[in-house]
Amino acid sequence: MAILTETPEGPLVLSVEQVEEIGRELDALRARVTADLGDRDREYIYRVIKAQRGLEIAGRGLLYLGFLPPFWLAGVAALSVSKILDNMEIGHNVMHGQWDWMREPTLNSRVFEWDTVCPADQWRHSHNYMHHTYTNILDMDRDIGYGILRVDEAQPWNPLRLGNPLYAFMLMVAFEWGVMGHDLEVENIVRGKKSWADVKTLLKGQSRKAGRQVLKDYVVFPALTGPLFLSTLAANFTANIVRNLWTFSIIFCGHFPSGVQTFTKEECAEETQGEWYVRQMLGSANIQGSKLFHVMSGNLSHQIEHHLFPDLPANRYPEMAPEVRALCEKHGLPYNTGGFAKQIGSVWGKLFKLALPPFLVKNSGEAGVIVMRQGQASEVGV
Amino acid sequence: MVGLLDLVQKTMTTPHPLDRYLELVRPTLTRRSMRAEITHVRRSAVGSVTLTLKPARQWSGHVAGQYVQIGVVIDGVRHTRCYSPVNAEGRRDRHIELTIKAHPHGLVSNHLHDNAIPGMVVDLEPAAGVFHLPASRPESVVLISGGSGITPVLSMLRTLANESYRGRILFLHYNRSPEFVAHREELEAIAMQHSNVRVEFRYPETQRDAGFGYDELEALAPWFADAQTYLCGPPGLMAAVRTVYEAEQLGPRLHSEEFTLTTAVVDPADAEGKVTFSGSGVVAENTGESLLEQAEAAGLTPEYGCRMGICFSCTAVKRSGCTRNLRTGELDSDPDQQIQICISAPVGDVDIAL
Repeated sequence: MAILTETPEGPLVLSVEQVEEIGRELDALRARVTADLGDRDREYIYRVIKAQRGLEIAGRGLLYLGFLPPFWLAGVAALSVSKILDNMEIGHNVMHGQWDWMREPTLNSRVFEWDTVCPADQWRHSHNYMHHTYTNILDMDRDIGYGILRVDEAQPWNPLRLGNPLYAFMLMVAFEWGVMGHDLEVENIVRGKKSWADVKTLLKGQSRKAGRQVLKDYVVFPALTGPLFLSTLAANFTANIVRNLWTFSIIFCGHFPSGVQTFTKEECAEETQGEWYVRQMLGSANIQGSKLFHVMSGNLSHQIEHHLFPDLPANRYPEMAPEVRALCEKHGLPYNTGGFAKQIGSVWGKLFKLALPPFLVKNSGEAGVIVMRQGQASEVGV
Repeated sequence: MVGLLDLVQKTMTTPHPLDRYLELVRPTLTRRSMRAEITHVRRSAVGSVTLTLKPARQWSGHVAGQYVQIGVVIDGVRHTRCYSPVNAEGRRDRHIELTIKAHPHGLVSNHLHDNAIPGMVVDLEPAAGVFHLPASRPESVVLISGGSGITPVLSMLRTLANESYRGRILFLHYNRSPEFVAHREELEAIAMQHSNVRVEFRYPETQRDAGFGYDELEALAPWFADAQTYLCGPPGLMAAVRTVYEAEQLGPRLHSEEFTLTTAVVDPADAEGKVTFSGSGVVAENTGESLLEQAEAAGLTPEYGCRMGICFSCTAVKRSGCTRNLRTGELDSDPDQQIQICISAPVGDVDIAL
């Protein structure tokens, strides 16, 4: 909530016609890219996969010389990058169905598994469905704070919120485990809204998946390096932590920098396609960076484009971004973007600020973009 | 070996199968998925191409008459199609030969006809199908085919010829004109070398040849009632042969295989036909709504999430028929494809595994 999009007459108001036009233009953009998908995209994703597998094998190999610090560090680096690629540009995007059009059984959203402890099927529910359908709708999108953090002023404050930055830090370090637990909705179990019986199958899937991941990184590969067991174990642990820090940072830049709007259930009832698009744009934020930076972030640095077109191949987001931005500018809509330092700084600033009771911090409760809706006018982001 | 493979996959390459690493070294190195390399390309008859494939070591051969499924990438998209090997069974070099006729709307057949070159690698599934010669060969054999239906019966003929089969064989083939008949010279040569083999071609469109009928069969193979008959061809020919065999009460001696022609392009506005939910045995009249809505109206409760094509929770396998993507308007008539049922509507008859 709470970003004032100023115009000389006050907050920006989008008319029903404008929202419809935005919807039509984004549909057309989508259709143009969909029609153009082909060999180029296929080659791209296989190039990324090849790089990821190569780095993984190199990383595992380098750790046989892990008693030499430069080799240990190089092994950790290669393994970290491999895990980041597997998680972001490959796993996240494949499981969004971005590559289903290739009809490649091994890159199909239904069957793909990624190199993290969270089982793919659970993530597809908590992320693809819960988060992407109900993006930034309070009490619907569980990614608003993941049930533990206060990231929006509309979330009530209580003394436990004082630990907000600490909780965020712990979540960052153990991010893959946090992602794994996401679908359990632990806070709803605590509140008695969900029973342990409801989550039994989820827990079973998690222990199976996590068990294999732990066995691989913390038993089998360390054991395969014989006397270097502890050195390899430490390297694998470090690579997983590096990946956690990175994925957390990129993902938190997607929806929590200042200037991102949240919505209420009432505002989003019976949305048209155009209104849905507008919500996705107002609720997401991009990160500017180099080509390599975009690949390493799984193109989630193009979070706005990703939220408009979650099932289009991510390698197309960079070329779609200027058109989306131009569309925003045409209608006076904010297009939330900035360098990594600015965006992540803004995220942590918010995490600290929202830890404090509302009377201590200046509430920025200004109107956001007001979307005139079919039938009756309703205000979004007030 | 299999045990070791499983162990490696569960402990070292998890969550990815070992094949996903091996294929990056060489596409044919995979252990679970089977691939084949095209070693030879020959364009013999008009509109047909004959490919020789060298399958990876998992290949366990085919029985004459069976088919294989191959997968080919066209414009970044993997397409799979079934073809019957035309070579005799039990080939020593384990290669297989496919003769593919380029159909007017056939994406894969046209692609292979125009672009197949030695060195190309395709996906290959093990041979399958119950349309094949029995292990103990019949006393006599009638092989009837039309158009590209020639492939399974050609494999049967070549197999029997290789085995110096003693029984009588009639090979009756229908086509548009001689230049369209793939392997015609070889067929004639087999007939020359084997006195028990009679090879006949009929061209109903260009000559005054009548279509198939009792008199024709009686004239060519008066012994047909004692034979086992293998039939593969277009629907018209299939129906004509069946009528004769049923009238003669020879139904059990007639073995046939349909070959699917490319589904004709249908009018997207067409909301006719039946929707078969083959997983639950429910059949409903197509109402033109999304498959998810139609499934729910039919009392099924398929899994779904967003109902707007975002989350992919509702993806199901379409067995056959044509569907329209409600978002893009795109039509898809490829069999055995995963589709999102919340944004797909059936066009005509559709079978979906729900």
